[in-house]
Amino acid sequence: MFSGFMVNTWLVATMVAVIAGVVGTFAVLRGSAFVAHAVPQAGFAGAAGASLVGLSTVWGLAVFAVMSALGIGWLSRRGRHDAMTALGLVVMLGLGALFLSFSNEYEPAIFGLLFGEVLGISNNDVLVTAVLGVLCVTAIAVLYRPLLLSSVLPEIGEARGVDSRTMKVCFLVVVALATTMTLPIVGALLMFSLMIGPAGAARSFTRRPLPALGLSVCLAVATVWIAIAAAYEWNWPIGFFVGGLGAVFYIAGRCWARSREARVSRLAAAT
Amino acid sequence: MTGLLQDVIEPGFFSSEPVHVALVVGAVVALVSAVVGVFTVLRGQSFAGHALGDVGTTGGSGAFLVGVNPLWGFVTAAVVGAGIMELFGIRRQRGRDLATGIVLGGALGVAALFLYLDSNSVNTTGATFTVLFGSIFAINQSTVAVVVLMSLLALVTIGVLYRPLLLSSLNVDMACARGVPVRTLGGLYLLAMAVAVSLSCITIGAILSTALLIGPAAGALRLTKRPGLAMAWAALIGVASTWLGILLAYDSYYWPPVHRGWPVSFFVVTLIFLVYLVADISSERRGRQLSRQRSGRSTAARRDTPRNSNQPHSAVGGR
Repeated sequence: MFSGFMVNTWLVATMVAVIAGVVGTFAVLRGSAFVAHAVPQAGFAGAAGASLVGLSTVWGLAVFAVMSALGIGWLSRRGRHDAMTALGLVVMLGLGALFLSFSNEYEPAIFGLLFGEVLGISNNDVLVTAVLGVLCVTAIAVLYRPLLLSSVLPEIGEARGVDSRTMKVCFLVVVALATTMTLPIVGALLMFSLMIGPAGAARSFTRRPLPALGLSVCLAVATVWIAIAAAYEWNWPIGFFVGGLGAVFYIAGRCWARSREARVSRLAAAT
Repeated sequence: MTGLLQDVIEPGFFSSEPVHVALVVGAVVALVSAVVGVFTVLRGQSFAGHALGDVGTTGGSGAFLVGVNPLWGFVTAAVVGAGIMELFGIRRQRGRDLATGIVLGGALGVAALFLYLDSNSVNTTGATFTVLFGSIFAINQSTVAVVVLMSLLALVTIGVLYRPLLLSSLNVDMACARGVPVRTLGGLYLLAMAVAVSLSCITIGAILSTALLIGPAAGALRLTKRPGLAMAWAALIGVASTWLGILLAYDSYYWPPVHRGWPVSFFVVTLIFLVYLVADISSERRGRQLSRQRSGRSTAARRDTPRNSNQPHSAVGGR
């Protein structure tokens, strides 16, 4: 399990999990679960397009992910963010359907892009992922305070001179970057679970942002490690384990939060 | 004249059986989606509207596995998914979207497993593709009646709940004060949406399902503020785009580069998006004109109110 070709898998998967944990925390905080779902799927369309014209799929992914992020940002300039995300998503998927109908790509290649392929990762992939990953984490680190403020209290952020629209666009571009690096590995559909599940669970366990960020990263890494080990052992698709574990962590978090609430209210009633 | 008409409409369009079915089912789905969609957009539940289709996919692929009609798998999974989302019972949109996401993530994981088992045990080469993208030209004739019937059921549910649902969508607090059972209404609405979305998903594919649910409704709500009128507009936009999309897809059979037709979903989505863009930009322009007129009338008043001045609110947060 830890020899030869699996080394790169472990390396890349860990990096992916760290990024998903960091970006996911903000996605959950901002209530942007839908964006975290839409942008990877748009990237999938881009990958299909790139393979059609014979480019590397990473470029198609990057271009389409960033394009959809900026497009959603522009469309929702007058509110209805969720509906605009849906609109951006279907436009991209419509293009993806067009590209797929043009290409003669064999089906498993598409299946791999949707559900991920963690085996057979080259050294070059590791390098690209590492570079994009460092870029993502740096961007989040630089933006950390204003992004946090404008995510939690947009009005106060505005008053302090943090433009919430600029922050939104910045955040969307970071999601797009994160998508580009993670999509070929965990797939368009499950990149999303990895961003939302651990981060959502972490938020139920603690309300403070920095511990939540740390916990989210830990849970994401744990999810990915368990998923890879289980997929290796039973040969079931990794996406199943990632999605399932995300849901399990979240439900555990909710139960914990609820029992704590009950305890607090009991204490309050006793005193 | 006939020559021109033949250039626009390929011969055989009106005599082809799959086209007839596609036109009828497309219109029904577009109509139901438009009515349900206006509420979806108003309530800010677009993510749930999209996710329930994907959740239905899980049921569809599960039904493939055990050999049941996928239709029932779709509907069951979507209704169960809606039930779980409702069980989390979060009122604020941020938390609600998160709960939706968790349900979606789990369902997609299970779908990945089902699809993997599908392609291993039974040789269903096109299963992945069909479930994900669907095709309006390959509708199973035997399911048409069921689809139409259940779509109407969803429509009637919305019709019966119309006024209290509208009130609770626009202003929860006022609905509570009026004694409207907001939680029950929300649950019923979610169920109706689950049925409508899963049916449209299995007949025309996940992409078109979301597109027809959100696109026309969002465009119509830019055109008018009145919900009833918005539904009529949305239905018009939806049905027109669907029919025109089907026509274009039929024509595109001889188009480059591959001569096997462009996908219907691409045409319909593009048409809906163009309509939305026109509605959006025109309404923005209209809004700007209105505010200019208003400000012209009340220049004197504006000078006194700091709210309308262009000064940044630096005094509020500057410490």
